[in-house]
Amino acid sequence: MTTEKHPILEVRHVSVSFDGFQVLDGLDFSIEQGELRFLIGPNGAGKTTLLDIITGKTRPTSGQVIFDGHIDLRRWPEQKIVQHGIGRKFQTPSVFASLSVFENLEAAVGLRTPTLQLFGALPTDQKARIMATLEQIGLQDAKESRAGTLAHGQKQWLEIGMLLIQEPKLLLLDEPVAGMTRRERDHTGKLLKTLAQNRSVLVVEHDMQFVRQFASTVTVLHTGKVLCEGSIDMVQNDPRVIEVYLGHKREVAA
Amino acid sequence: MIDPKVRRYAGWGAFAVAAILLLFVAPSSLSGFNLNLLGRFLSYAIVALGLDLIWGYAGMLSLGQGLFFGLGAYCFAMYVQLEQAGNKLPDFMGLYGLSALPAIWEPFHSPIFALGMAILLPMALATVLGYIVFRSRVKGVYFSIITQALTFIVSLLLIGQQQLINGTNGLPINDSSTLFGHSLQQTGTKQAIYLVTVICLGLAFLLCRYVSGSRFGRLLIALRDDENRLRFAGYNPVKIKIIVFALAAGLAGLGGVLFFPQGGIVSPASMGIVPSIEIVIWVAVGGRGTLIGAVIGALVVNEGKSWISTKSPDAWQLVMGALFVGVVLLFPAGIVGSIQIYGARLWARINKNAPPLGVVAAVHEAESEMSGAVEASK
Repeated sequence: MTTEKHPILEVRHVSVSFDGFQVLDGLDFSIEQGELRFLIGPNGAGKTTLLDIITGKTRPTSGQVIFDGHIDLRRWPEQKIVQHGIGRKFQTPSVFASLSVFENLEAAVGLRTPTLQLFGALPTDQKARIMATLEQIGLQDAKESRAGTLAHGQKQWLEIGMLLIQEPKLLLLDEPVAGMTRRERDHTGKLLKTLAQNRSVLVVEHDMQFVRQFASTVTVLHTGKVLCEGSIDMVQNDPRVIEVYLGHKREVAA
Repeated sequence: MIDPKVRRYAGWGAFAVAAILLLFVAPSSLSGFNLNLLGRFLSYAIVALGLDLIWGYAGMLSLGQGLFFGLGAYCFAMYVQLEQAGNKLPDFMGLYGLSALPAIWEPFHSPIFALGMAILLPMALATVLGYIVFRSRVKGVYFSIITQALTFIVSLLLIGQQQLINGTNGLPINDSSTLFGHSLQQTGTKQAIYLVTVICLGLAFLLCRYVSGSRFGRLLIALRDDENRLRFAGYNPVKIKIIVFALAAGLAGLGGVLFFPQGGIVSPASMGIVPSIEIVIWVAVGGRGTLIGAVIGALVVNEGKSWISTKSPDAWQLVMGALFVGVVLLFPAGIVGSIQIYGARLWARINKNAPPLGVVAAVHEAESEMSGAVEASK
C-alpha cells in the first residue's frame, strides 16, 4: 500500500442516463483505502449502475472515475480494470458450473498470467495460493466437485474465493448474502471482515439486519445522488433516509 | 471411480492400438479403393477435431469450417496443378484463353509456400474474422450465421472466377497428375499419402488433447459456461476465442490439404454450406467435447454416407437429416458421450458395493458436460 494517502476510489460528478432516464445524477462518492463501506438505497437508486460504472460495464455520460489515485477507469476495458485490482461479485452467484472448485480458482488465479503460459503447467506459487484460498473459504473437501453441483451458499463462497485469490485492492460485492440461510450469512459476514483487513470493500446490501451487524460507514443513494453518509446509527436516524428508504420498511426502521 | 492413472494408461493403450490398426493393418488388408476412402474420412476427422475444440469446448458453433477446409485444399491443389503443368499453364487456363499465369498463382510453384498458405491462410482469415466478430461481442447463433454467410460468399466468389480458379469445375487431379514427381495414380503414392494422413491425424489429436487438457482448455470451458464472468475474472475473451478459432481453422486447412489428393478434386461445392453443416453433424453424432468423438463421428457418418449412397443415392440426405435430428433430440451427448453416461450408469448398477459417490460424480460429470454443450449450442 502506498504511503501517500489518497482515496482508493473517487467518483467525480458522474452522470449516466439510459434513454433519457437519469440513473446517476452528478454523483460524487469516494472510498478510502482499507475502508469497508456499505451502500444502501431504494430500488432504482443507482446502486448497481454505480458498480457497473466502476467495473467498466457501463460508461458514464459525463464525469470521472479515478482508481488508486491515478487510474482513469473510463479508459480501460472490463478485464483490464479487473487486472488493475477491482474485483466484483455479482448478485447471482456466478461460477463456472462445468469446472471443479479447484479449476474455478485456477482460472481466477491466472488473470495476470501471459496467455502463452496458460498452455503450460500451473506454477507452484499459484497452486499454493489456490490451496490457501480453499482453506480460507472452507471448501478443501469439495475441491474436486463440479461448481454447478454446490449448494447456493458454497457457490457464493467459491465466488468470494475467486475474487480473493486475485488480490484486488478494491472489492465490490453486490448483495453478498441474498438468499443465504442465517448460518451462511454469519459465515459470510466473518469472511467479509477478514477480507476488509487488507483491502477496501464496497458492499451493496438490502438486508438491513446484516448491514447493522457489520457496517461501519454507510452511504445512502437516492435518485442517482448521495442522500446521506455516515455511521449506521446516524443514517438510520436521518429523517430523509427514513422517508425515502426505511419508511417503506417500517419493521427495519423500528 | 476408475483411477485416473488407469484411465490414462487405457487411453494411451487405445491410442497405440488405433495407430497400429491404421498404420499397419489397414494398408495391408484394405483394397486400394477402401483405403482411399478411409484416408478421406481420416482427413475429415482432422477438420472435425478443430470444430470440436471451438464448439464442444468453447461453445462456438462455426458453420464455416468448410470454408477453411476448402481454402487449404485449394492452396495445395494450385501447387499440384502447377507441378503437372511445368512451365506451361494449367490446362483449364488455356480453355479460357489465358496466355500468362496470373500473378497470384506464381508463388504456388513452391510446395512449401503452398502448404504453408494452406494452413496459414485459414488461420489468418479466422483471426481477422474473429477479431471483427468477437470484439463486437457477436456470439451464439449470430456467430453461426456470420460464419455461414462468409462461407457462402467465398464459394460464390470462387464460382465467379472461371479464368483464375476454374469456377464451378474446381481443380481436379487427373491421370498425369504428380506429387513431388510421383504419379498420384500409383499405389505407392496413394499409400504414402494415406500414411501421412494417419500421422497428421494422430498429431492433430495429440495437439487438441494437449490444448483441451491445459489451463487454456479449462478457460475454453469457462468461456462456454459464462463468457461475461470470464471477462470479469480479468481475461479477454476475444483473445481466447481468436486463438482457438484460428487453431480450428488451421486444422481444417490441414484436413483440406490431405483430402485433396485422395478426394481427387476441390471445387466450390466442397467448401460450401452443405459440407460445413456436415462437419457439424460428424461432431454432434460422435459426441461434442470429447475429441475422440469427433474422430469417430467423422468416420461413422462418412462410412454410413458412402454405404447408403451405393445402395440408394437419393436416400442419403434424408438419412443425414434424420440422423442429425435424432441425435440432437435423443442423444445430445453423441456416441461417445452416451457411452460415457450409460456406461457409468450400468457400472453403478452392476457394482452396487463399489463406492457409489465416484460413479455418481462420473455420471454427473458426463451429464453436465453434455448439458453445457447443449446449452452452448443454443
